[in-house]
Amino acid sequence: MSELVPEPRQKPVVPMKPVGINTSLLGYIGIDTIIEQMRKKTMKTGFDFNIMVVGQSGLGKSTLVNTLFKSQVSRKSSGWNREEKIPKTVEIKAIGHVIEEGGVKMKLTVIDTPGFGDQINNENCWEPIEKYINEQYEKFLKEEVNIARKKRIPDTRVHCCLYFISPTGHSLRPLDLEFMKHLSKVVNIIPVIAKADTMTLEEKTEFKQRVRKELEVNGIEFYPQKEFDEDLEDKTENDKIRQESMPFAVVGSDKEYQVNGKRVLGRKTPWGIIEVENLNHCEFALLRDFVIRTHLQDLKEVTHNIHYETYRAKRLNDNGGLPPMTVETEENHESNL
Amino acid sequence: MAAAEVARQVRAGAGGEGCRTVPLSGHVGFDSLPDQLVNKSVNHGFCFNILCVGETGLGKSTLMDTLFNTKFEGDPASHSQPGVQLKSSTYDLQESNVNLKLTIVSTVGFGDQINKEDSYKPIVEFIDAQFEAYLQEELKIKRVLHNYHDTRIHACLYFIAPTGHSLKSLDLVTMKKLDSKVNIIPIIAKSDAISKSELTKFKIKITSELVSNGVQIYQFPTDDESVAEINGTMNAHLPFAVIGSTEELKIGNKMMKARQYPWGTVQVENEAHCDFVKLREMLIRVNMEDLREQTHTRHYELYRRCKLEEMGFKDTDPDSKPFSLQETYEAKRNEFLGELQKKEEAMRQMFVQRVKEKEAELKEAEKELHEKFDRLKKLHQDEKKKLEDKKKSLDDEVNAFKQRKTAAELLQSQAQQAGGSQTLKRDKERKK
Repeated sequence: MSELVPEPRQKPVVPMKPVGINTSLLGYIGIDTIIEQMRKKTMKTGFDFNIMVVGQSGLGKSTLVNTLFKSQVSRKSSGWNREEKIPKTVEIKAIGHVIEEGGVKMKLTVIDTPGFGDQINNENCWEPIEKYINEQYEKFLKEEVNIARKKRIPDTRVHCCLYFISPTGHSLRPLDLEFMKHLSKVVNIIPVIAKADTMTLEEKTEFKQRVRKELEVNGIEFYPQKEFDEDLEDKTENDKIRQESMPFAVVGSDKEYQVNGKRVLGRKTPWGIIEVENLNHCEFALLRDFVIRTHLQDLKEVTHNIHYETYRAKRLNDNGGLPPMTVETEENHESNL
Repeated sequence: MAAAEVARQVRAGAGGEGCRTVPLSGHVGFDSLPDQLVNKSVNHGFCFNILCVGETGLGKSTLMDTLFNTKFEGDPASHSQPGVQLKSSTYDLQESNVNLKLTIVSTVGFGDQINKEDSYKPIVEFIDAQFEAYLQEELKIKRVLHNYHDTRIHACLYFIAPTGHSLKSLDLVTMKKLDSKVNIIPIIAKSDAISKSELTKFKIKITSELVSNGVQIYQFPTDDESVAEINGTMNAHLPFAVIGSTEELKIGNKMMKARQYPWGTVQVENEAHCDFVKLREMLIRVNMEDLREQTHTRHYELYRRCKLEEMGFKDTDPDSKPFSLQETYEAKRNEFLGELQKKEEAMRQMFVQRVKEKEAELKEAEKELHEKFDRLKKLHQDEKKKLEDKKKSLDDEVNAFKQRKTAAELLQSQAQQAGGSQTLKRDKERKK
């Protein structure tokens, strides 16, 4: 990692040198400076975020991730060859990057799943993904259970899974339903309608309604889950997102064009330029704000407090105590019992 | 079924080292992350636990009142406590939008006993109990860590009596016992009893004694540039000499907390008079978060490590292969189960043996009973026989008697007849 000196965004509120005694100090204790202390600390330690993209080939997963984080973070950019054949089995490729903005350092890991849904017989193709997710939980659990623990356990758990729905305009495919049914219990799933520029506005709204209905009928709880709404404020906010915006119909692009004198990300077609960040054209901006600007921390917390705890409880219960080693990973050289 | 195998390929990039740094070509927006985190924490609320250790009458409660600007309830403790006890009380404070759950734990009766050897023990036990509670919660299967009310002590204010000479041996012993369990911040209480020059000498003496005895007091962190400078200077002022007061007096045209003496007024928040402001700065405004973090990452981890090692878990076995907690646990569990089984076996054996013994006893008894019965029966028969014999002989005698009787009667009747005839004969003879 390069030596990045975080520039402080603002001086701390705390007066550096206690000035002469004024009455203003008498009533004020200073408990609220803990916010500033906490902020400084977290900025120093940095954040981890692991996002997984799942969907069939050609739906624009890599492009969308690049657009989300405004840099070349996808598998494509890390040496992917366009001539590369579609893999015969579902592979899991995780690539890590360090990005920094405004003094905040983030270690972003993009987990790609090439080969998902691409074979003729797609039965159980979600299993490798589920296994990968559980392995990350297992890794964390092992670290946590150690006697001499690290100060900061490296967090490789998947915080968010973007599931790409093909814009057929009809309804969800059985594969989509099966995948989401299995995985909505272990990870936060955010369904996303890919390549939304192939649908007109009416088609889009109808499709979204149908998808929402189908998800509800099948009992699939996508993020933000209804059961984890903590208070009324959260509930109303999340309800609005759940009922109206999700699943987000997005368009991704990493090319810039000149529109009205501004350079914007977009896709150029003979009949016009589709602006990615224009809310009239597609809902990319909504997705970005939702995932990054408002709910990133919440995604991490739900993963840690709920999904991870469920996994841990199940694991410890299953073996009436502590789990035996059946998972073999690269880092540990423990012998199986 | 299609074999969807996993060809997992975790690139070196995801490991941590070797991650590439990519530049951003626009504003993504994750610089709001600290804000998101802070908002969540604020909604959740904070908690802070202070432990005040010091002899009775040194002004612990008053100092807490002054620090937090409120009147916490409680009457001053008496000096006649038989042992050291800890009194804890929790308060909810709110300032702007921050909710703080403050717990103040005070020692009652510290330093009052004649024999003070065991004075530190209740304190150490209390701190350990809080760690234990947290450890238990962490080890549970179904746990609620994020909603857990953290009762671990984040800061320990040690009140030193203002003698002006040096630390008391009780202080040294107690601080030595506590320094590996909690962040100790020593303060000189009632420092209006010492003059300025004596104070500097006193502070130097105290720090040198602490150093020479190897007591690790809490050092304010100097690794973060923004607070390094101020923390560095504060570190040099330890231990803080404080005065506490809840009375407000009018000085000049302002109301201030102060203590009034005939010779003058001591202002609590005047830096020239005492170090109270410094203490408040350091404790609350600059380092509260660091204190909490140190408690969790250093003191708690140390406690956890010791406790688990005590229970027999290790991280590496004698061959220094990484040994996981699970394996040890599993091994221990098997051992325990094995023991249980052995005990069960032993109990079963004993049970069987006892049953056998009892059975034998019972059989013996039965046999005896039979014998007795037989004997009695025999006796009975003998007696019956005897009786019958006797009866028979009696019968015989009766018969014999009857015979003799009849014989005698016959004889008598014969004799009578003969006598009658005799008499007849005699009569006849007379007649003649």
